[in-house]
Amino acid sequence: MAKFTLDVNGEKRTVEVAADTPLLWVLRDHLQLTGTKYGCGVGLCGSCTVLVNGEAERSCSLPVSQVVGKNILTVEGLGGHHPVQEAFVAEDVPQCGYCQSGQVMQAVALLSAKPKPTAEQIAAAMGDVLCRCGTYDRIARAIARVARR
Amino acid sequence: MEGQGLNRRELLNLSLLVGGGLVLGRVWPSGAAEAPTALQPNPFVRVGADGRVTIWVNKSEMGQGVLTGLAQIIADELGADWSQVEAVQADADPKFGNQNTGGSTAVRTQFEELRQAGAAAREMLVRAAAQRWGVPAERLFAKGGKVHDPKTGASLAFMELVAEAARVPVPQNPPLKSPKDFDFIGKPMPRLDARGKVTGKAVFGSDVRLAGMLYAVVARPEVFGAKLVSFDEKPALQVEGVVKVVPVSSGVAVVARDTWAALKGRAALKVVWEPGENASFSTKALLGAMEEAAAKPGKEALRHGQGFVLPAGARRVEARFSLPFLAHAPMEPQNATAWFHDGGLEVWAPTQVPMPARQEAARVAGLPVEKVTLHVPFLGGGFGRRLASDFVAEAVEVARHFTVPVQLLWTREDDMTHDFYRPPSVHQLEAAVAGKQILSWRHHQVTCSIGQQRNPARAGQVDRAALEGAEPPYAFPSWLVEQTLLPVPVPLGAWRSVYASQNPFASEHFFDLVARELGEDPLQLRRKLLPEGPLKAALRLAGEKAGWGTALPAGWGRGVACCSSFGSHVAEVAEVSLHKGKLKVERVVVAVHCGRVINPRLVEQQMVSAVVFGLSAFLRGRITVEGGKVLETNFDRYEPLRFSEMPKVEVYTVPSEEPPGGVGEPGVPPLAPAVANAVLAATGKAVHRLPWEA
Repeated sequence: MAKFTLDVNGEKRTVEVAADTPLLWVLRDHLQLTGTKYGCGVGLCGSCTVLVNGEAERSCSLPVSQVVGKNILTVEGLGGHHPVQEAFVAEDVPQCGYCQSGQVMQAVALLSAKPKPTAEQIAAAMGDVLCRCGTYDRIARAIARVARR
Repeated sequence: MEGQGLNRRELLNLSLLVGGGLVLGRVWPSGAAEAPTALQPNPFVRVGADGRVTIWVNKSEMGQGVLTGLAQIIADELGADWSQVEAVQADADPKFGNQNTGGSTAVRTQFEELRQAGAAAREMLVRAAAQRWGVPAERLFAKGGKVHDPKTGASLAFMELVAEAARVPVPQNPPLKSPKDFDFIGKPMPRLDARGKVTGKAVFGSDVRLAGMLYAVVARPEVFGAKLVSFDEKPALQVEGVVKVVPVSSGVAVVARDTWAALKGRAALKVVWEPGENASFSTKALLGAMEEAAAKPGKEALRHGQGFVLPAGARRVEARFSLPFLAHAPMEPQNATAWFHDGGLEVWAPTQVPMPARQEAARVAGLPVEKVTLHVPFLGGGFGRRLASDFVAEAVEVARHFTVPVQLLWTREDDMTHDFYRPPSVHQLEAAVAGKQILSWRHHQVTCSIGQQRNPARAGQVDRAALEGAEPPYAFPSWLVEQTLLPVPVPLGAWRSVYASQNPFASEHFFDLVARELGEDPLQLRRKLLPEGPLKAALRLAGEKAGWGTALPAGWGRGVACCSSFGSHVAEVAEVSLHKGKLKVERVVVAVHCGRVINPRLVEQQMVSAVVFGLSAFLRGRITVEGGKVLETNFDRYEPLRFSEMPKVEVYTVPSEEPPGGVGEPGVPPLAPAVANAVLAATGKAVHRLPWEA
């Protein structure tokens, strides 16, 4: 075990974990930030997506030792009324909801980089996050809603 | 024993923060629950002294929207102000009636009962107002959280009436509203769970966090039914954070201070399995045996008229279709949290069957069921997988070694390789045709019986449940459905729409092959052969909205299919494009006749969801077993539909005031045959096996 001080949602958080522990389990099991979900463990589904220095990353495949000193933003860090979250609520996007944190974080990363994304750019970015319930059409509408602002 | 560092009060206080009384809708101040003068005529609804309305939803929210839809029904009859309504997921308790969430039944089996639950509370409020005003109750009505007197224009808020209303005897048969007065039923009320789910606040089963909680994973055999011979726990215990290794019925559990340590401990564990007789099982051999069986006669299951006859001079059209095993693969893998304390057991289980899960927990714990409390957090998808309670039993088996709570988590690989799979099937279809007529029809279904696997005493009988969707809806002069069932060592279970995900694929796709043989338009032929009724209405609407018969770009095809299932009737028209062997489903038009619609937005969501679920299976869904092991262990080899593959989906509803039908499943059955028919139209080639291959 080793101590790591992380910058999570603008706060310094110190955890004592094995150095190879993926950020996902640090967030979920040590910091009680359970908004970030486990879906596949190998970066295939995107349920665990968080932003690291503004880029969408799969926290299941990111050892804690590699994120020290970087800005980590989880769904909780958006504050609850982020324009993307408001758009997802307005479009009534979620069904089972399990993938939604990942969808929201991926959309935040996309819209920060490209405030007016093309359909192709949206498809390319959002293709990394699986939804088994099929909320893709409403996600597309929510992203368009933010892009129109 | 673990967890002795924390005293009982600390544990309880912390547990209540996260676990006790999960409020899944809007946040509800905990003090209000103890308000002394609340009106609660039944377990489903309470009006608090502050006028707030709490509704207990007795079916599990797994994406289908029951938290919102069922609350709408109760709130409507109550005459509530929607902004004052809180929806709470009910714990497992017989007082909530049948909580099993499956078969698309949440609304259709409970509509009247839930209306009465809301109406009882409303009547008590109305009578209290009538007493207060000294006027006849009959002329008053409730709406927007107030009781109104249309004659005087006076009104009283619920909160002003609660204390008196609570003393009014509970009416046994309260009058129900006239549908023309519905405030919420039939309206697209926004989902009560949406905000919690996009802010990370919604608590799914695997999000339960309790003080001192430990995390467990189980090492399982790869081969179905393999037996544990021995294990060496030492390497696992050497992993930092691993607390204990305990054998359980399904394998060996590694319990640790966090999930990662448990996973590393499991990887380090040395386990010896005896593979047993299933080590030689393969889906290839099974499907081969099914093909052979399909070529022979089966057991007569359903018959109309003479059964199947081929008159002299008639032509025979025939085709065979093969469908694979499928996994449910909900986004949230299986999990449950169990905590033995105070002589009882508390469980948090994302389950579709709260009471059976509670009973299973009690059985494993060796406790009377009254000593077991079972909370139902959100389910990260269900699709039928969470009708089984195996993961609940497993969590209890592990937790009984501890005094602290233990959360059991399945990895994606566990989930994919230890599912209760949609059985495979082979279908032999035959039609006797002459001129432009279909004279007779035969469908021989070869599959594996979910029911008989559970109850082997029924082996040898026809499995009626497996016939869902096999009975032709068309006016054929005679027809025959035969069945052959093969035993299989792979665990079987209900998968969204169950056997209706199979039988109508074969029959509706075959219908188009026959239509081609007859030189008939497949939509017109369906319309000609369907009796007037809801399915025909849905078919007509789908064809009209899709622009059936209009021109499509080169390389495109259009196909239609329809099916009645789970009390509803759905027709779908798919448009596909094929370029260089690459299939893309461009557009799907869904028309649904599901009786009275409670929430059109939820109906639309469920139809879109069904299209995506069905299309995922059509394009890539296949579970392969070799050497008794499942080969598809993660989303790389079992990849659901991705964002870029999403077709344009349009949903239309046939207006109806008939009693509500189901909506969670009925959109699935027509999807695969509609797409196959579109491929047939585009290429002239039938789709004889799924998943689709160029």
